[in-house]
Amino acid sequence: MAKADFETPELQEFVDVPEIAEGTMAHLSPFVAKADHNSDLNFPGELVDDWHEKALAKLDDLRSRYRSLQVFLDSCVKCGSCTDKCHYFLGTKDPKNMPVGRQDLLRKVYRRYFTFAGKYFPKLVGAEDLTRETLDEWYSYYHQCSQCRRCSVFCPYGIDTAEISMAAREILDSIGYGQKYCNEIITKLLKVGNNLGLPGPALADTLEGLEEDVEDDTGVAVKYPLDVKGAEILLVTPSADFFAEPHVDGLIGYGKVFHEAGVTWTISSYASEAANFGMFIGSYENMRRVALRIRKAALDLGVKRIVFGECGHAWRVAYAFLNTLAGPFDFLDPNYPVPQHILEFTWEQIQQGKLKLDKSANDDKVLTFHDSCNVARATRMGNKPGGQLEIPRNVIKAVCNNFVDMHHDTIGERTFCCGGGGGLLTDDLMEIRVKGALPRMTALKNVIEEQNVTHMAAVCAICKSQFTKVLPYYGMEMDQIVSVHQLVSEAIILTGQESDEEEDDNGEEDE
Amino acid sequence: MAIEVDGKVLETDEEGYLVNLKDWVPAVADEMAKEDDLVLTEEHWEIINFLREYYDEYQIAPAVRVLTKAVGKRMGKEKGNSKYLYSLFPYGPGKQACRFAGLPKPTGCI
Repeated sequence: MAKADFETPELQEFVDVPEIAEGTMAHLSPFVAKADHNSDLNFPGELVDDWHEKALAKLDDLRSRYRSLQVFLDSCVKCGSCTDKCHYFLGTKDPKNMPVGRQDLLRKVYRRYFTFAGKYFPKLVGAEDLTRETLDEWYSYYHQCSQCRRCSVFCPYGIDTAEISMAAREILDSIGYGQKYCNEIITKLLKVGNNLGLPGPALADTLEGLEEDVEDDTGVAVKYPLDVKGAEILLVTPSADFFAEPHVDGLIGYGKVFHEAGVTWTISSYASEAANFGMFIGSYENMRRVALRIRKAALDLGVKRIVFGECGHAWRVAYAFLNTLAGPFDFLDPNYPVPQHILEFTWEQIQQGKLKLDKSANDDKVLTFHDSCNVARATRMGNKPGGQLEIPRNVIKAVCNNFVDMHHDTIGERTFCCGGGGGLLTDDLMEIRVKGALPRMTALKNVIEEQNVTHMAAVCAICKSQFTKVLPYYGMEMDQIVSVHQLVSEAIILTGQESDEEEDDNGEEDE
Repeated sequence: MAIEVDGKVLETDEEGYLVNLKDWVPAVADEMAKEDDLVLTEEHWEIINFLREYYDEYQIAPAVRVLTKAVGKRMGKEKGNSKYLYSLFPYGPGKQACRFAGLPKPTGCI
């Protein structure tokens, strides 16, 4: 495989706003989807001959379907507030990676064909014809946006570049110009049940392996059940939790929490995926197809509650759209949030004193927390504003003695994307992933140097995989990224757990 | 794209994975390794063979934990971890080793 042929930015004390350099990322486009992956999602297999008309018709359709899109295209006043807020601009210097630059790629076409001024005086209002070059530019730069919505926090009009980027991808898909990574994955999910294409028997084998491991480790038979009818809770978690590290350590943690809480739970092989890439490609129809699988699994298994595992955009879809896409969920127990996040579940257990925790089990680490963009800016946890920022930290602090936050401009609702969200977590986009990680890597490096941080915890499968990959580019170790429930798992003392080497200093457990 | 092995031209995708799983012969792994500046040792082959066996049974590459556990059992506990696997396959056991083994690329949030 080709080695990286780009330079990793050097980490400085601060991320300076760079002087712009036109076109530095114009060469980067992801692989184009194959015909069968497009058609499985009800898109044309290949770029259609009449793409020009079709693209404009789709744009017209979308602006009438989504009033927000029309408003976003109309209301930018070029104030410049967003220009230095995107991690991809900061890491690449390319002005088309400024949020306003990215928006304008679509806006200039919108103006040309759908506004009075653009139709008659295009040059005066920056309106431009839709050409094949524009189309390729869309394909390139709308796949250099992770739809993290940091820019929208700073826009005085609240323009959401993510929504523009989703609309652009939907237009591209509708004319047969889809992205391989996203479309192949949605196809797999629709055929097999998850993004990985992990079939039921492999999933069963993997979960059995986890049961063995946990029992070996603790002496307690914690179950990781699959397709159990009549269980109380359906756990919907990203399939990376079954497959990758450190994700799986988080899944082990969820199982331990459920075990101690004394609830019955199950994973579904039919809906063995929390992720919903339908959102990334802006396709309501495909987002709905994916979401309906969760509804069907919940009904078939007869569960009373749905709990989502650590996955950023999945929680956005679950929290904000699930009821619209696949509701009503009147068959679930209304005494619990529908759906619920695993962190809400665990935090409740901790508050009720149901978990026996030994914080010192994490004393080999100093933790910081990476807010995942979709969780931080598009959802909530608990019943108070800001709960999605507080609850993960509360849980970490309940299971670890050493926690510090990164710089306040890089966390909370101002959090920087990991660099791999929004359908960009693919090797063919490694350059933008590495460069886009610059602001987060800078903030992390600073707390490592100044506050002795050793590990960063996250609650999103994409963030975890992205950091595993990019940390080494910046001279850090791949295993410095951990799952929040991995920390819970380390600290939890299961009922009946064999005490191991710590037996000789049992006077210490006075948390 | 394509790769030439034993005088035969085999089709690969944009990322260098074999398009037809049935095209695989051990020399494919050697050739792909050569392109990645690696020389395959017995340790590499242990992994590649395990991946192929697992794929035969489950139609998917094994999860990292399944793989590290199997490696630990077969090759000694000190080798049953990701660090060891990355030392053999610097681009990642899941992706690079799968490619050498002729398996499709694992996709998803990994």
